[in-house]
Amino acid sequence: MNLLLRAVPALALLVCCTAGVARADGSGDPAAVSSEDGKYADKDGTATYKISEGGKVDFYSYIGFVRYSANCLQCHGPDGLGSTYAPSLVNSLKTLSYVDVLTTVAGGKKDVSEAQTLVMPALGENKNVMCYIDAIYIYLRGRSNDAIGRGRPQAHEPRPAAFSEAEDSCMK
Amino acid sequence: MKKWDFKALLAAGILVSSASLAQPSGKDWSTPAGNVAGQRYSSLSQINAGNVSKLQVAWTFSTGVLRGHEGQPLVVGDIMYVHSPFPNTVFALDLSHEGKILWKYEPKQDPNVIPVMCCDTVNRGVAYGDGKIFLHQADTTLVALDAKTGAVLWSVKTDDPSKGATGTDAPLVVKDKVYVGVSGGEFGVRGWLAAYNIADGKQVWRGYSMGPDSDTLIDPVKTTNLGKPVGPDAGTNTWQGDQWKIGGGATWGWKSYDPASNLIFYGSGNPSTWNPKQRPGDNRFSMTIWARNADTGAVKWVYQMTPHDQWDYDGVNEMVLADQDIGGKPRHLLVHFDRNGFGYTLDRDTGALLVAEKFDPAVNWASKVDMDPKSPTYGRPLVLPQYSTEHNGEDVNSTNICPAALGSKDEQPAAFSPKTGLFYVPTNHVCMDYEPFRVSYTAGQPYVGATLAMYPPKGDTNMGNFIAWDARTGKIAWSDPEQFSVWSGALATSGDVVFYGTLEGYLKAVDAKTGKLLYKFKTPSGIIGNVMTYEHAGKQYVAVLSGVGGWAGIGLAAGLTDPHAGLGAVGGYAALNQYTSLGGSLTVFALPQN
Repeated sequence: MNLLLRAVPALALLVCCTAGVARADGSGDPAAVSSEDGKYADKDGTATYKISEGGKVDFYSYIGFVRYSANCLQCHGPDGLGSTYAPSLVNSLKTLSYVDVLTTVAGGKKDVSEAQTLVMPALGENKNVMCYIDAIYIYLRGRSNDAIGRGRPQAHEPRPAAFSEAEDSCMK
Repeated sequence: MKKWDFKALLAAGILVSSASLAQPSGKDWSTPAGNVAGQRYSSLSQINAGNVSKLQVAWTFSTGVLRGHEGQPLVVGDIMYVHSPFPNTVFALDLSHEGKILWKYEPKQDPNVIPVMCCDTVNRGVAYGDGKIFLHQADTTLVALDAKTGAVLWSVKTDDPSKGATGTDAPLVVKDKVYVGVSGGEFGVRGWLAAYNIADGKQVWRGYSMGPDSDTLIDPVKTTNLGKPVGPDAGTNTWQGDQWKIGGGATWGWKSYDPASNLIFYGSGNPSTWNPKQRPGDNRFSMTIWARNADTGAVKWVYQMTPHDQWDYDGVNEMVLADQDIGGKPRHLLVHFDRNGFGYTLDRDTGALLVAEKFDPAVNWASKVDMDPKSPTYGRPLVLPQYSTEHNGEDVNSTNICPAALGSKDEQPAAFSPKTGLFYVPTNHVCMDYEPFRVSYTAGQPYVGATLAMYPPKGDTNMGNFIAWDARTGKIAWSDPEQFSVWSGALATSGDVVFYGTLEGYLKAVDAKTGKLLYKFKTPSGIIGNVMTYEHAGKQYVAVLSGVGGWAGIGLAAGLTDPHAGLGAVGGYAALNQYTSLGGSLTVFALPQN
């Protein structure tokens, strides 16, 4: 999947979370320091959320909520909070990096023992997930840092033209 | 040849009359719903409204599995059969020797089937017939076990999990055949009901929910819809192009049978995808009540409840068969509480629609079902545009739609008491926001295409009700509010007491006439299983599986949020995990000695 390939160089950019950062998740300090076509990045170039005055979220966080709720909620519960059979991603992303998340989503995961049978499917071929994986990650990163609350974000930035173009070519 | 005197034969009891409509369950509980009519009614009355308050736990049994425990155990003679979710273990317990394990069957299944099971790895139980126990495993293996030893007698593959098809339903045994359906509506699976010989596992027939007549076993002339022939290509001509091939219409619900007409009744689920814009047309025959000849699969009649579904109002819920008088006339009824919030009463011999009324007053997506036979929209729900996700379109969030996608009732089956003439219905009282959008199909991958948020109806805090329903009039007789959705199947008994379980884990007994709470006991985990009863060594027992999970388990960790609480407010309703935790176990109740 070309989307995944495009994401892999981010691995090289990954810098371990340094001490003294006010807020950090599995990818380090989530503070947005740059943006391109309405998509924000942290100091390491990793995709991140941006919350402006009045709780307005960036477009990717918003569309991430929408696509998360269609493709991930069935197991990981509403708002990333987990269910009886899949873990809370709000917790998981406190330690999982962007690359960890992408690798798991694309390749799946198996944890089958006497005590439990946790299996996540490999979604690498699923356009409904992979065409939106950055947005889903950004949304969950915001949830994990308690920057985005439960439920549908009430206000968001307008849909960037670049997003629509990428979506169209990816979903074809 | 002499013509038979029909009336004389009937009077002599020689002809199968309505009175023979499946006997109520007695000492045994040998079919998933107690009897093939799907009534979940027992003639036992040792435990009754007068003494149920003294009920005690007699014994318990752990299944060793943490996932959601739907379905019910069976009792045949001295043996109880208990099943579990994936890995679908079956235990045979010796009731004469304090529940000693006679045998245990644990299939080896590829764990890759787990993630293609929408909404937890549930299984709704086993069936019994001809000395065999039948189990439809998660990986769509239908297996026949020797009821005495657990030895595998035969096994067949009914479908392909790599395409998203899974087995979760309880099979139904009638005469020399076992009937099963399939899960996978969220994966673009094309639903079917199939009959297998119980002797050797050979498939006798298979009828799909959509497709050419040769697949659906529909006859353009003989198969009727509201009394009229369905016409040619009915299973394809309301679909765009080849979309019927991934059309959904899964069949994982309960099946029932009427020996008088030799018809099998069941429902088909939602069309795939959840985005209605992507599949124009009525999408027949998703969301449909089916009546098929048990021997051949030939379709006698169909009734599509929710043409062109726009809310995931899966039509798989149970069909309860009952004989009652309507307007002074005895009728052979089929009663169905649909996810869409309407309680339907049909003539099961002809498929004629008699009653269609809301069984939760909160239901708002349609004003009513058109009951005027002269109307061009006869039998169809009259949908309100503001709640139509088709009308509002893709990428638009339609709000405050009641019920939510899990329906005013999901698979948790209702019970019917011939004594009170009432149906006892576990219900959900939940609404939703629903936003459909473009989705792409990949075989074996989720094919959903909508985002939704669920919450109790505006102004309410209870998310469930346990109701008594009069199917002759379409009216609620009484209603007991519950904090959470009631996700447990009900049991009615001739002791005038009705049982059900709650998501917090309570087994409750209520008065069949008034709904008054007579007894409750908190079992180890939330109950999504169905209550059953049996008699052994002269003593009546009531049993239920607890073990929270399933669709209901989605809200366990999180609870539901209240969108009316205002911008940025957390507004979470009490989360279920404050009340219960995971773990499968069976709890068996009885009255104390003396």
